[in-house]
Amino acid sequence: MAFISSGYNPDKPMEDRITDIGPRHYEEFYPPVIKANKGKWLYHEILEPGVYVHVSETGDEVYTVRTGGARLMTVTHIREICEIADKYCDGYVRFTTRNNIEFMTPSKETAYALKADLESRKFAGGSFKFPVGGTGAGITNIVHTQGWIHCHTPATDASGPVKATMDVLFDDFKNMRLPAHLRVSLACCLNMCGAVHCSDIAILGYHRKPPILDHEYLDKMCEIPLAVAACPTAAIRPSKVEYEGKTYNSVAVKQDRCMFCGNCYTMCPSMPLADTEGDGIVLMVGGKVSNRISRPTFSKVVVAFIPNETPRWPTTTATIKRIVDVYAANAKKYERLGEWAERIGWERFFEKCELPFTHHLIDDFRDPAYYTWRHTTQFKF
Amino acid sequence: MAKHATPLLDQLESGPWPSFVSDIKQEAASRAKNEKGIDYQIPVDACEDLLGVMELSYVHKRTHWKHGGIVGVFGYGGGVIGRYCDQPEMFPGVAHFHTIRVNQPGGKFYTTEYLRQLCDLWELRGSGLTNMHGSTGDIVFIGTTTPQLEEIFFELTHNLNQDLGGSGSNLRTPSDCIGEARCEYACYDTQALCYALTMEYQDELHRPAFPYKFKFKFDGCPNCCVASIARSDMSFIGVWKDAIKIDQKAVQAYIGGELKPNAGAHAGRDWGKFDIQKEVLDLCPTKCMWMEGGKLVIDDKECNHCMHCINVMPRALRIGDDRGLAILVGAKAPILDGAQMGSLLVPFIKVEDPYDEIKEVIENIWDWWMEEGKNRERLGELIKRQGFQKLLEVTGIDPMPQHVQEPRHNPYIFWKEEEVPGGWQRDIKEFRKYHQR
Repeated sequence: MAFISSGYNPDKPMEDRITDIGPRHYEEFYPPVIKANKGKWLYHEILEPGVYVHVSETGDEVYTVRTGGARLMTVTHIREICEIADKYCDGYVRFTTRNNIEFMTPSKETAYALKADLESRKFAGGSFKFPVGGTGAGITNIVHTQGWIHCHTPATDASGPVKATMDVLFDDFKNMRLPAHLRVSLACCLNMCGAVHCSDIAILGYHRKPPILDHEYLDKMCEIPLAVAACPTAAIRPSKVEYEGKTYNSVAVKQDRCMFCGNCYTMCPSMPLADTEGDGIVLMVGGKVSNRISRPTFSKVVVAFIPNETPRWPTTTATIKRIVDVYAANAKKYERLGEWAERIGWERFFEKCELPFTHHLIDDFRDPAYYTWRHTTQFKF
Repeated sequence: MAKHATPLLDQLESGPWPSFVSDIKQEAASRAKNEKGIDYQIPVDACEDLLGVMELSYVHKRTHWKHGGIVGVFGYGGGVIGRYCDQPEMFPGVAHFHTIRVNQPGGKFYTTEYLRQLCDLWELRGSGLTNMHGSTGDIVFIGTTTPQLEEIFFELTHNLNQDLGGSGSNLRTPSDCIGEARCEYACYDTQALCYALTMEYQDELHRPAFPYKFKFKFDGCPNCCVASIARSDMSFIGVWKDAIKIDQKAVQAYIGGELKPNAGAHAGRDWGKFDIQKEVLDLCPTKCMWMEGGKLVIDDKECNHCMHCINVMPRALRIGDDRGLAILVGAKAPILDGAQMGSLLVPFIKVEDPYDEIKEVIENIWDWWMEEGKNRERLGELIKRQGFQKLLEVTGIDPMPQHVQEPRHNPYIFWKEEEVPGGWQRDIKEFRKYHQR
């Protein structure tokens, strides 16, 4: 491995440095039919799962074929995307806000040839490289995070549970049989990078043990007041601690006030809390971001804990599949999962989905918790 | 021959959904073969070692990345997420495994020429592994070593005319929905505004000067395809002010069954014949629509632009012509005080280049938050701590009923001294003249 310079001179680091140029301008990357018809679109139609047409007031049409993406992808895979885009789409391609890939062409024939080609491509292990779907009232890609691939604070993995869940929900990626679209998201800790707090179904990594304190190093590694201020329940205070015959400036954690959020570890490397048996998954449901019919809502916790079952998280995926199927069988057309649960009442939601209701699901975080209890005799037996 | 056995990860190669394991394996094989004779600048077996460390995490059910990591490029305070493996002897290929955020183009449109340039650069100087894309929007290069950071940045800026994205306590990389580029619902050009503000605030993006992170997202309409209302401190959502445009012939075509409701989104199941009463009029949240003499009527004054009727009948109903956007502020994830969605601050503002009115709102908010925000306090939390009224004051916006879902029900009302006749400086002796002790 011989070092190859880019031209950067480490002896004069600020020489010839270019900064603050921002992203490339979007117009450089518009396919011609997009550029010509921008702002002139009249309507669209979903021709079949994964295939759209948009029609412009100029009469122009653009066909879009949407395919699933693993989000985590290699340059080899991106080059294959490029090869396909060159073959069918004059070298243009885009990605969606849910990390699917969209190929566009002005020709219907090309779109269907493209679709057939996409669906014929498989990885060596047998999975589809480019499954077509993710449109309309179905289940599209799972917005997710880094997990054990790259992050230091996760309580679960991201790529693994997502692959396992999408395998189980695959038919609904390829179909549009649900009452409304159903968004699934995953975050590997409660920093909730992404969309877990606002999704129809959300998978959330969670810890169940307080941090382990590395007293010997804590004061050297951490700004103690920041760790103290990082705690939402004020479970942490500065403390002088005797450890192996020496006295250290460190912190004390009131364990019965700790709810294992891990935010102190984010601020202080000497407070790790990851644990094989303690960590696992929380399931949330009923969130949405659109303003359609009802207001945007947060997802709510409905399963307090499922263990991390590597490599395929079978309990998690089976529970999700059950919720999806009960929702599909019971909700009205256009009704999002949260709207359905609100209409029938959460007591019915738990009954129909066969989910045990435990004390963990009752809000106890500060004043707003009160507003989540039931202040009425309106309930169902 | 794989460097490490990965019996657990191997089980994620089966099933229909694209397998990240298969993909990483193909990259590992490609690097091992090296048909192009590349002089890889980080370990050739980085992908093998990544699979190895992942497998170990699948056994331990714990991450094997050390805490934190502070690396970057000169001139900037963010853009690179440093990461080091906690078993560097076992997995030397990922001992350093830093992530680089690359600012994506608007709408995530690409040419293959550009994507290939990125791939060539990343294959040589990194692991060959990416996220397309990070949740905030960036192209994410996953895995390289510290000495390569400046080299990659030099090539990005000099050869690809491409900058890094944001990280840290600063303006993060803004992102947008597809907008007018391919959607008939877009109330403004999301790409144009996203790009203009990204360029305007490059300094705020690259050099952390804020109490905490701050995000912009741009949605063309209230359907919120980029989820700005939940995932950005300042959310820009397109709306219109005038009447929904109705094509009565197309309405009849929906009723008659020639056009598919919701553009065919529910085609996978038999929901019966389209019933405009049941599927549109009765579901309208404000009940401001009805049929009159076979024609659809909308009382637009009572419409709250939820998008439902337009979504159901895109060929019959179109957004109005008096277009602009609403600004909502304060969305954030739970840490520390609890999750927040954006709260409505500006119900309507025109979107006109050079966007001075919008910039004024942004900069007024930043002036306040940069001065008053506590360390690691998101804008939404500052609004909770100091009050929505304070936000109105600093932005010079008059309070209006649209600012609340409902008025307060507690009577703990603050008044300003100047609002109350006579002020607050009172003499107890004067009071006692009329009220004996």
